[in-house]
Amino acid sequence: MDVDISRKTYVEDIDRGIYDIRNEFKYSYKVEKGLTEKIVREISEKKNEPEWMTEFRLKSLEIYNKLDVPVWGPNIDELDIENIVTYVKPRTDMKYSWEDVPEDIKETFTRLGIPEAEHKSLAGVGAQYDSEVVYHNLKGYLAMKGVIYTDMETAVREYEDIIRKHFMTVVPPSDHKFAALHGAVWSGGSFVYIPEGVHVDIPLQSYFRLNAPGAGQFEHTLIIVEKGAFLHFIEGCSAPKYSVNNLHAGCVELIVKEGARLRYSTIENWSKNMYNLNTKRAVVEKDGTIEWVSGSFGSKVSMLYPMSILKGERARAEFTGITFAGNGQHLDTGAKVVHTAPYTTSSINTKSISKDGGVAVYRGALVITENAHHSKSTVSCESLMLDNKSRSDTIPVMDIRNDEVDIGHEAKIGRISDEAIFYLMSRGISEEEAKAMIVRGFVEPIAKELPLEYAVEMNNLIKLELEGTIG
Amino acid sequence: MIRSMVMENKFLLIRDLHVKVGDKEILRGLNLDINRGEVHVIMGPNGAGKSTLANVLMGNPKYEITKGEIVYEGKVLNDMKVDERAKLGIFMSFQYPEEIPGITVENFLRSAKMAIEDKPIKVMEFKKVLKEKMKLLEMKEEYAQRYLNEGFSGGEKKKSEILQLLILNPKLAILDETDSGLDVDAVKIVAKGVKEHKSEENSIIIITHHNNLLEYLNPDYVHFLVDGRIVKSGDISLIDIVEKEGFESFKN
Repeated sequence: MDVDISRKTYVEDIDRGIYDIRNEFKYSYKVEKGLTEKIVREISEKKNEPEWMTEFRLKSLEIYNKLDVPVWGPNIDELDIENIVTYVKPRTDMKYSWEDVPEDIKETFTRLGIPEAEHKSLAGVGAQYDSEVVYHNLKGYLAMKGVIYTDMETAVREYEDIIRKHFMTVVPPSDHKFAALHGAVWSGGSFVYIPEGVHVDIPLQSYFRLNAPGAGQFEHTLIIVEKGAFLHFIEGCSAPKYSVNNLHAGCVELIVKEGARLRYSTIENWSKNMYNLNTKRAVVEKDGTIEWVSGSFGSKVSMLYPMSILKGERARAEFTGITFAGNGQHLDTGAKVVHTAPYTTSSINTKSISKDGGVAVYRGALVITENAHHSKSTVSCESLMLDNKSRSDTIPVMDIRNDEVDIGHEAKIGRISDEAIFYLMSRGISEEEAKAMIVRGFVEPIAKELPLEYAVEMNNLIKLELEGTIG
Repeated sequence: MIRSMVMENKFLLIRDLHVKVGDKEILRGLNLDINRGEVHVIMGPNGAGKSTLANVLMGNPKYEITKGEIVYEGKVLNDMKVDERAKLGIFMSFQYPEEIPGITVENFLRSAKMAIEDKPIKVMEFKKVLKEKMKLLEMKEEYAQRYLNEGFSGGEKKKSEILQLLILNPKLAILDETDSGLDVDAVKIVAKGVKEHKSEENSIIIITHHNNLLEYLNPDYVHFLVDGRIVKSGDISLIDIVEKEGFESFKN
């Protein structure tokens, strides 16, 4: 039998289906490209912000101008802030009913399944389009219990004291250049407040969609879970593909109080022209728990290392992550945990897949301070490379300053073995399906942590990514 | 073409088969005929080419046929893909089955069964059949929900292979050292499974070092495979020769 070389078609641009449907670029207002004091003032003015926030932005801009881009990690030379529009206001104000959201924007979210999910399985939804939140709603019974779930602009106006007290204290603008950028031009995002003892039984979800070409999205998420309360928060992100670079530099600050538990699930499925330089961090007090579930699929470059600071005794952090890097993608992801109190525990469990020359790097840090005696941590990272062109690296850093700790670390990098494919094919399964089966099996322990619709999405993505790669 | 007519009537014909792995020729002119419903035993010293024969029948791409033919139900198999062979009813029980994390025994076997039969199979219907076969093999029910072969002991892996055999019900089963590394009880259970599979329709090739399994299975033919060729064929009485003399006298 002749092997038909032409069947080895290469899918340069994967059809990302619904994610790639772009709307006509319409807006009510946008700033000039680039980053200047004038632009920062303009954004603040448009939002009608209190003076302290304007000052905060300008201070951040100053820090931004002083800091250098990180010298480690993926190359981001092609990202030029002079070509990025930092603020694009969609042609609508925030609405509390989908009926009131402009048709084309509503369509976008409908395709992504947001209103349906809200109806079926969510306690509240926020939807951001470009720089502003266009829809926000929370089930009435939760509002009655004192739960707050709103966009950040509203929060700055209506809960000014809380915001002023916490805004960018977990991630200060001085943290790194893109945190400073975020502080200067942040727009949109969600504020969530769960009062003491309130158990939010079904998840809240915010969805961020960047439609504008050559723009940046800088949403800010601040979640405070008070003593003994519980919340599952889901964040979804996507954008259609353009030929120009887009930038996402969001910031997530999570405050988990004594005995509280927060589960934070994210799926980032940005298009492959996106620089995703996102900062997420949680501070966990005594007996509190933070659970991260993180899926990174899209983007051209990602640098994403959610950090947990275990500040109170017996605080816990769990991180579960999956990264899928295809052609032209360099995804540098991982997790950091800082144990600063005794009897704190953490576990990090990540998997990555790279194919078609994609680069997937696990970069993680574990810090245990002098004070954090009897802390425990386990780190496990596994990588699967689907071909010889792809790359995987594991860069775990450990800084342990206490002897009375229990640390476990395991890293595995592998390929799909020919023997495994032969084995599955000997049971009647095609080569393509055998590979998909092995990949699905590899991610299964992670997939089962994801919200159902995202697990389905991940399976579809694996299928799409594996199609057309077999001769 | 008298030859081809004869060949079409035969179930499996192997003619002058030469097989290379890398640069090394392992099979050097192997001939073997098998009819429907027969049980054949292949014995031979280490390195003689027994596992190579199993792999090349199943179509492992690592093994290259340089000369000769494998004809199965009148079709030349030489260049046929592995999954296509499986769909035609060929099955191999692996000496060292692969561990496939993340996919349960049940889901895997249902997918395989659907692929081979090319039709959907209802979940509940399949569960019932699986449960029955697992009971026969004295496998705990929870194994259906475990990931395929992951963390299975040697004996459990072999039972898992025989479970697959019973579910997929192939016309030609090649058992590559299925009895090696098993304790007496496990050999009995595996033998019970193979017996269950044996029928007038199903042919079985048993590759083995030992006669553990053979006590239970009454093979029709025994072949000695030495230096890449079948050097002697006969009935079960040949086993006594091996017991007494080994394969030394058959080596060049």
